[in-house]
Amino acid sequence: MGMTMTQKILAHAAGLPEVEAGQLIEAKLDLVLGNDITTPVAIHEMDRFTKQQVFDKDKIALVMDHFIPNKDIKSAEHCKEVREFSKKFDITHYYDVGQMGIEHALLPEKGLVTAGDVVIGADSHTCTYGALGAFSTGVGSTDMAAGMATGKAWFKVPSAMKIVLNGKLPKWVSGKDVILHLIGLIGVDGALYQSMEFTGEGVASLSMDDRLTIANMAIEAGGKNGIFPVDDQTIAYLKEHGTKPFTVYEADSDAVYEKEIVIDLSALEPTVSFPHLPENTKTVRDAGEIAIDQVVIGSCTNGRIQDMRQAAEILKGRKVAEGLRCIVIPATQEIYLKSMREGLLEIFIEAGAVVSTPTCGPCLGGYMGILAAGERCVSTTNRNFVGRMGHVDSEIYLASPAVAAASAVTGKISAPDALGL
Amino acid sequence: MQAQGHVFKYGDNIDTDVIIPARYLNSSDPADLATHCMEDIDREFVKNVQAGDIIVANKNFGCGSSREHAPIAIKASGVSCVIAETFARIFYRNAINIGLPIMECPEAAREIESGDEVRVDFDSGTVENLTKGTSYKGQAFPPFMQKIIGAGGLVSYINAQ
Repeated sequence: MGMTMTQKILAHAAGLPEVEAGQLIEAKLDLVLGNDITTPVAIHEMDRFTKQQVFDKDKIALVMDHFIPNKDIKSAEHCKEVREFSKKFDITHYYDVGQMGIEHALLPEKGLVTAGDVVIGADSHTCTYGALGAFSTGVGSTDMAAGMATGKAWFKVPSAMKIVLNGKLPKWVSGKDVILHLIGLIGVDGALYQSMEFTGEGVASLSMDDRLTIANMAIEAGGKNGIFPVDDQTIAYLKEHGTKPFTVYEADSDAVYEKEIVIDLSALEPTVSFPHLPENTKTVRDAGEIAIDQVVIGSCTNGRIQDMRQAAEILKGRKVAEGLRCIVIPATQEIYLKSMREGLLEIFIEAGAVVSTPTCGPCLGGYMGILAAGERCVSTTNRNFVGRMGHVDSEIYLASPAVAAASAVTGKISAPDALGL
Repeated sequence: MQAQGHVFKYGDNIDTDVIIPARYLNSSDPADLATHCMEDIDREFVKNVQAGDIIVANKNFGCGSSREHAPIAIKASGVSCVIAETFARIFYRNAINIGLPIMECPEAAREIESGDEVRVDFDSGTVENLTKGTSYKGQAFPPFMQKIIGAGGLVSYINAQ
């Protein structure tokens, strides 16, 4: 029986000639990731191991990104704990203020993940690296601890959903619209326990940043991972960002998929997820008049350079609507620097937006843009659950950077065409 | 192994943000986290929960963030078992890894109501609603996961190997 791309990677990592959906395997890990919220819990679990060791100090990445620069004393204590752990075990890839970025933007940029890798991360958006042709999935802190100690993890081999992308995205429609549209079609548990395998001639037209955004939100459909085929664009990206040797896996022609979904990229429109679930999607055209109080442009989903450029193209020479707060967060130091050199930060500030150092802050209601009761935010982040960004009576509307920027100017949910763009 | 208690009933897609809001994730202390368990969906939960009580929910329980703080908060608040139609996959894994008993049992999850007294027998996979006099058969764990649960979680399992 044929294997999917995910199954082939897992079979190789488990040292098996083949695997099938539902099989329990133990796989070798190429990278184990944690952040400032999940790593402290993992460290406490590590303390319970009889043998105090890490399997490979070069294959662990610890990124301080959620509540840093430290938002309060307790967060500072957490970061200190991780910092000391990193020193104790001489962890090579420890990223703190000054070098850090939002983990899922940072790791691909630093070349720490490559095609064919098996990666676990104590953060649900670890599925992002599927864009590079890797198997990567989110786990909890105990799995992270076991991964750091043994270099292995157990997996139930997932069945798969095939998503065929055809055509080419219209202007102002991006990867975010693709994934929101898909989640709207299948629901927040539409791909529960499954790998979401993207394929089709339309993939070639998607930028790497678009693919990273799409794979990033596979978890929002309940998926175990999201994965893209490796093409020339992927290889060029991997070579530009790192030196790690990569392996290209392709799905067998007779691989088994539980479901197949075809999406015509050229027919997609700017899309928004209404509160309080990512599956509550509408096109901006059908959104109606929704006045907003805040816009956030950033996160592991949409804080990359393409996102900054799109937002700047819309905000250039325009002003943020009166009474609206617009917060822009480039996801890494490198993206921040690029945005500065390209003049994007100047555009944001002149428009009346603020620019923050890289942080996950507002996405999860940590800090840097918390909402009050009754407030509404258009956000390029990934979740619009009750209370996610602040008060339980606040509302989050998920959208692309283009929609977020246009909405910041009009003060209501809008696509760039509302500005004549 | 058995669990018995009164039920707190919730609906579909209970996400880990409402189980333990991120504003409390600056702590990793289980007792601390338990004082805010379910806060954004049920402010009365913490006041009313008794040791042994059971959470019952519908589809996709524990979706969203991978924060292990969610099953930790539930366990530390004294809950003896979570029954759902389905669990989100990371929550399912985390619950097994930290030794919070869970069971997928769609029929029981749909029919059990808040306040019902329920008894769960993990060896036989039976869920009994003592209030309504009904009984259901839940899905048993595969042998590998039973070994992890039997060892008291993933770390103890690895130590024993």
